[in-house]
Amino acid sequence: MKIRITNGRLIDPANGLDDKRDLYLADGKIVASGQAPDGFAAERTIDAANLVVAPGLIDLAARLREPGFEYRATLESEMDAAMAGGVTSLAIPPDTDPALDEPGLVEMLCYRAKRLNRAHVYPVGALTIGLKGERLSEMAELVEAGCVAFSQANVPIIDNNVLMRALQYAATFDFRVWLQPLAPFLARTGVAHDGEVATRLGLPGIPVAAETIALYTYIQLARTTGARLHVTRLSSAAGLALVEQARAEGMDITCDVSINHLHLSDMDIGYFNSNCHLVPPLRSQRDREALRAGLADGRINALCSDHTPVDDDGKLTPFSESEPGATGLELLLPLTLKWAHETGLPLVKALARVTSDAARIVGITKAGHLTPGARADLCLFDPAAHVTVSREQLRSQGKNTPFLGMELPGRVHYTLVEGQVMHELA
Amino acid sequence: MHNPQLNKHGELQHLLTIDGLPRDVISAILDTAAPFTEVAEREVKKLPLLRGKSIFNLFFENSTRTRTTFEIAAKRLSADVVNLNVSTSSTAKGESLLDTVDNLCAMQADMFVVRHAASGAPFLIAQHLLATGRDHIHVVNAGDGRHAHPTQGLLDMYTIRHYKRDFTNLTVAIVGDVLHSRVARSQIAALTTLGVPEVRVIGPKTLLPTEVERMGVRVFHDIREGLKGVDVVMMLRLQNERMNGALLPTPQEYYKVWGLTAEKLALAKPDAIVMHPGPMNRGVEIDSSVADGAQAVILPQVTFGIAVRMAVMSMLAGQQGSNK
Amino acid sequence: MQKLDAEALFQTLVEQMRPHVTPDTALVGIHTGGVWLAERLHRTLGLKQPPGSIDVSFYRDDFASKGLHPQPKRTDIPFDVEGAHVIIVDDVLYTGRTTRAAINELFDFGRPSHVDLAVLVDRGGRELPIAARYCALTLPQPLPASQSLQLETDAAGTFTLRLIDA
Repeated sequence: MKIRITNGRLIDPANGLDDKRDLYLADGKIVASGQAPDGFAAERTIDAANLVVAPGLIDLAARLREPGFEYRATLESEMDAAMAGGVTSLAIPPDTDPALDEPGLVEMLCYRAKRLNRAHVYPVGALTIGLKGERLSEMAELVEAGCVAFSQANVPIIDNNVLMRALQYAATFDFRVWLQPLAPFLARTGVAHDGEVATRLGLPGIPVAAETIALYTYIQLARTTGARLHVTRLSSAAGLALVEQARAEGMDITCDVSINHLHLSDMDIGYFNSNCHLVPPLRSQRDREALRAGLADGRINALCSDHTPVDDDGKLTPFSESEPGATGLELLLPLTLKWAHETGLPLVKALARVTSDAARIVGITKAGHLTPGARADLCLFDPAAHVTVSREQLRSQGKNTPFLGMELPGRVHYTLVEGQVMHELA
Repeated sequence: MHNPQLNKHGELQHLLTIDGLPRDVISAILDTAAPFTEVAEREVKKLPLLRGKSIFNLFFENSTRTRTTFEIAAKRLSADVVNLNVSTSSTAKGESLLDTVDNLCAMQADMFVVRHAASGAPFLIAQHLLATGRDHIHVVNAGDGRHAHPTQGLLDMYTIRHYKRDFTNLTVAIVGDVLHSRVARSQIAALTTLGVPEVRVIGPKTLLPTEVERMGVRVFHDIREGLKGVDVVMMLRLQNERMNGALLPTPQEYYKVWGLTAEKLALAKPDAIVMHPGPMNRGVEIDSSVADGAQAVILPQVTFGIAVRMAVMSMLAGQQGSNK
Repeated sequence: MQKLDAEALFQTLVEQMRPHVTPDTALVGIHTGGVWLAERLHRTLGLKQPPGSIDVSFYRDDFASKGLHPQPKRTDIPFDVEGAHVIIVDDVLYTGRTTRAAINELFDFGRPSHVDLAVLVDRGGRELPIAARYCALTLPQPLPASQSLQLETDAAGTFTLRLIDA
């Protein structure tokens, strides 16, 4: 099918482009922008007046809850959410049940996703069997099955010897390792940032040292093993400083932050709002400001939703007993726009963090940009429209997010995957 | 942010925490408690205020002592009291906290007195009652996790006011395990709200929470330094499970360094009073000679506690919900 | 309504009560006007028992609709109620509900042998079967519900009665 997208504002961060141009798609690929290729006869024309035409978003962390947690969400419901949110590529953390530690499981996930024919999935395999931190997973086999990197999700490896071996083994193949900086014992009993708010509310705290100590360890081991380290979900200014220091010493290290930590702090817990129970914990306002600045100037490479659907049973309990996590797929774009607006960052820069920069971390080359030949994964949105986040409006089966009731900018009108319109605003 | 314990007229709908409660509300509770103290001396120790009301003591964490004081207070107000000890283990796998609450609401409860091991549990119940249109039912927090024990904090304020009259010229020291203490948090909130110019917390670094000074207190690690010239010494209970391990080496060492002895108490003002929320660990946080001494007001605290709880229950039961 | 002379009414009340009291008769005033009245009656009549005071906040029958009266006063019964002759004293008798509450409260302190009621003014409007044995003035026409009558006292202890329009 040949599609012409006309009257839109084309934003392509990878090519530094922000211009009013038409875009031409054929056979699921981008074929040209601006001038139509010779003999191009569009079968469909999409009028994108007042809309931004951007690459489909790439989310570094989207839990689809399959296999194992289908009562919280299913592949279908979360793929719908992704389409409604303009997210066309998803990296899937391995903390499913069972964990993504077997090639068969990964193949099944990829197969199921392909049959649904919506967002592309990029599984992140379990670094150790069952995420138990004891035995290495079959990394080479898992990559063959479709894994793009390896991680422990939010389950830290307690034994540093195992961690070092896992990094060495991954480095053998130059596989990427994504690690969440959480020192196991310091983080174990806590549920909130160890600061004034946790002290007032009597919530067991997780000190910033839980992040920095783990980061020291990861950085030292990555250095000695030569592993390619990506740090997931930074939460503190001190953590970011350590990443910068490692870079200054010549290390190739990337990191990301979640939409929650970009916009919220521990103050938002208010009177025990369990939607703010997250891993890592929401930290102080000072930390949040450092993360926002870091993402703006690129010291933090990417922004992700950290989409974690939790059902009401998991949230309607006292804060410390509630399940951590928040839904986010449909909020990734709005919260990117909100941050861009608040920081005065041009859209082309802001969108890079959820498209081209994120693509580099996953290792996606065919998407995340609008160069001719790229996969025609697109997100067409109205940046001026505002939508109030509500349980009814969310497609995800997870209805719990700290942003419920907030009015956020950005409404997705069309989502295209490989040149097919998969979501269209009614 | 809307304070969930006040109705839209600013009146007390639930008592969940002292933190954030306006000073005049705290003062009104203390004023109301005063006439209730005299009821215990009557031939008939009962008032008809809550006749026909059902109060459920919903204790997810065992505490015979606290439950008894609430029970006596409710019975002196002529309420019907139902005691439920719901051990946390039975709710962990089966019925959820809110299922339990829904069930009891269906039994025409008028008030819940809630004790729970998790901080914030009474807030969850209050929010649930509001969300389900049952905000004529009142919630009293009888202790939630490390967060708050507001009636204890209020009875402590009543005791201080009884002996010291005025809050605005006092120095008060809170000694011991502040980290795990809901009592300490409620005391700090009450003292700072009532205008006590200097509130001190004294204890080892392992038992003082991060950034506790942001709550408006001065931190001391040396008890001799911290007790100098204070008017009120508020001791905290040290739980058995904290005594040996990573927080403290032994109860013996704790007693030696932070236990309140007559010799250390002598550093306080001569007319300083000594308080303790009970039950006491004699020979760990407090020496018997001090606990039984002339400066101790530990038993009056218990007596005042009944009056304060009667006052709180009567004030709440007199509020008809936010739609009044 | 004519101007009420509270001091004159007080003298009338004293004369009504004098033949019926003994030094052992106990007075209990209802907060606030009744307490002032009871204290002065106690002095004037030369009674032996110290006068008591009652705040009926905890016994009111409108608690369920109106809630707790703000800042209730202390009820103080300094004599043994068991077997005593008690006169409840109030400034104004209206619906009778306050008197009902006061009698209930009194009985929680013991079983008196007799209970009487003394008031300065009966303003009419009774809702319960209650009458004052001693009453200095019964208004010929009941006061409308929109008005209230209140006893006041100055620094010298002189009584005045004030009519307040709600």
